[in-house]
Amino acid sequence: MVSDADQVSEREAAIRAVNAITPWFELKQISKIYGHGESEVRALDRIDLSIYAGEFVSVMGTSGSGKSTCMNIVGCLDVPTSGTYLFHGVDVGKLDRDQQALLRRHYIGFVFQGFNLLARTSALENVELPLVYRRVAKSERRERAMRALAEVGLAGREGHTPAELSGGQQQRVAIARALVTEPSLLLADEPTGNLDSARSEEIMQLLVRLNMERSLTIAMVTHEPDMAEFGTRIVTFRDGHIIDDQPTKRMIA
Amino acid sequence: MIFATFLMSLREIRRNTMRSILTMLGIVIGVAAVITMTIIGEGATQSVKNDISALGDNMLIVSPGAARRGPVSSGSKSFTDADVSAIESQIGGIAAMAPAASRGATVVYGNLNVSTQVMGTTEGYVEVRGYKLAQGRLLNDVDVRSGTAVCVLGETVRKALFGTGDAIGTSLRVGKVTCTVVGVLAPKGSSAMGQDQDDVLLIPLRQFQRRMSGNRDIPTIYISVDDSRPTAAVKARIEALLRERRGIQRGSEDDFNVRDMAEIAATVSSATGALTALLGAIAAVSLLVGGIGIMNIMLVSVTERTREIGIRIAIGALGREVMLQFLTEAVVLSTLGGVIGIITGVAMGFGVTSLMKIPFVPTPGIIIISFAFSAIVGVAFGYLPARKAAKLSPIEALRHE
Repeated sequence: MVSDADQVSEREAAIRAVNAITPWFELKQISKIYGHGESEVRALDRIDLSIYAGEFVSVMGTSGSGKSTCMNIVGCLDVPTSGTYLFHGVDVGKLDRDQQALLRRHYIGFVFQGFNLLARTSALENVELPLVYRRVAKSERRERAMRALAEVGLAGREGHTPAELSGGQQQRVAIARALVTEPSLLLADEPTGNLDSARSEEIMQLLVRLNMERSLTIAMVTHEPDMAEFGTRIVTFRDGHIIDDQPTKRMIA
Repeated sequence: MIFATFLMSLREIRRNTMRSILTMLGIVIGVAAVITMTIIGEGATQSVKNDISALGDNMLIVSPGAARRGPVSSGSKSFTDADVSAIESQIGGIAAMAPAASRGATVVYGNLNVSTQVMGTTEGYVEVRGYKLAQGRLLNDVDVRSGTAVCVLGETVRKALFGTGDAIGTSLRVGKVTCTVVGVLAPKGSSAMGQDQDDVLLIPLRQFQRRMSGNRDIPTIYISVDDSRPTAAVKARIEALLRERRGIQRGSEDDFNVRDMAEIAATVSSATGALTALLGAIAAVSLLVGGIGIMNIMLVSVTERTREIGIRIAIGALGREVMLQFLTEAVVLSTLGGVIGIITGVAMGFGVTSLMKIPFVPTPGIIIISFAFSAIVGVAFGYLPARKAAKLSPIEALRHE
């Protein structure tokens, strides 16, 4: 007889084995060039990066290092100048604008530094928004949005507008909005950039919990080493190149 | 998708109450101003036209004295009975005519007296001047020829002397003459020149000449031209006839004049036309100002809206879904504002015209034009920035400052 624990670890091992062969998100020789001729800026120079299911990748680097450009490409918000980006095996470069939008609608959740919630709109309605575009029926939409808000610890504040919430709470609403569609990738661009250290810590704990409990794949851009340590892997950019790619202490421990 | 978008637009309108109200306000003011102004202008024009046609726009007034020296000149001789008969027998196309002489006199009834204009004339006067009879009878042929002492009262005179009592059959003293009231004219109101047309008392011309003026002069002849004849042609023939009868040499000036009410009407109409044009111009300016107001509100909110569009597109909205939403929003606001503007404008126009006692004439053309203009401005400036934003990459839209 094999114990339950053994079965679980066996299954995980199997998933890992599959993932090792097939990354969920794969950048191959990606370059991004802004401008032409003399003023040409090479923001990304032939990058290779693979993100596997269940990872929490912290992307580090100074401003102008190309980390944000890279994450925008991963999030299908931007297209590379050259190279191939495989999203669940699909070549994003071959998709048109609408198809990329549909990819975001169904597979990606975004959390931004500036929160980017709709003003004068209740937390609940903000969280419901991605479901509206997914044509989810009203009652189900409401129920799922309530659940997502409860999960980020904002139960009871559904009716508050962004102006009535603190920065940390607004970012929680943004995370709930990203979570509500059950995306296969949560992309966070400096999620703690506008928050104090205590609030930052809380947001990071929340992301770690979502990563562990729901096996949510997260890619997070940050320039703070403390925050990067919450991930499972740190990728460091400099001048359009990846100069370092290592598991964190959290993984080693 | 369209229905869901429509609901989303309505939610956005409710959410941004202030912006929505300001946008609508621009349209409401523009539309309402244009409609009110044109209703007032049209009403004033219509009112003047009505007055003139009440005066008789096919009327000719023949009086002695050259036209440029004023209507009555002491130097020129009056007309005679023979002139009147000559016009009547030799000129075609005359529907009615009335020789007339008038003078101010005091009319006494019991212990009441009133000053009025006593008009010695014939039966035709009432028809030429467009009076109607309220009670009794008019002067008739027999009265005029025999010079019987009878009179017909204008409403102002009747009211002053009799109030609510019955005037018919009573005797009045008019100057030195005593006459019996046989009829009362229906009130006609003020003329276009502001003269009270009811302040009049009619007596037979023969009687006026015998008992009041003491001569057989006829200072004025009123002529009503048949509707089917051009007034100007009849006027020319009367002028030719009178020159001949008065022995005026070729090349010398007339010592009489024939005034054509149609000409006067045309002059007055063009003056009120200018008034309407002026009001229209003011209205057009308010429409423009309203349009600029709409434009401002829309452009001010572009930054906020561009970010909002960035958010929507980042979380997976398609460009066309976003554009449809913003288009719906602009159309709903513009239409709503336009309808409120039309209601306000028509109501204000109605209020002002009834206060000024002029006809209420709404012009559908102007209503449609002003509505269309405001709606186009509203839709264009609500939709075009949204369209532009929806075409940006989501990152650019999110970074928009």
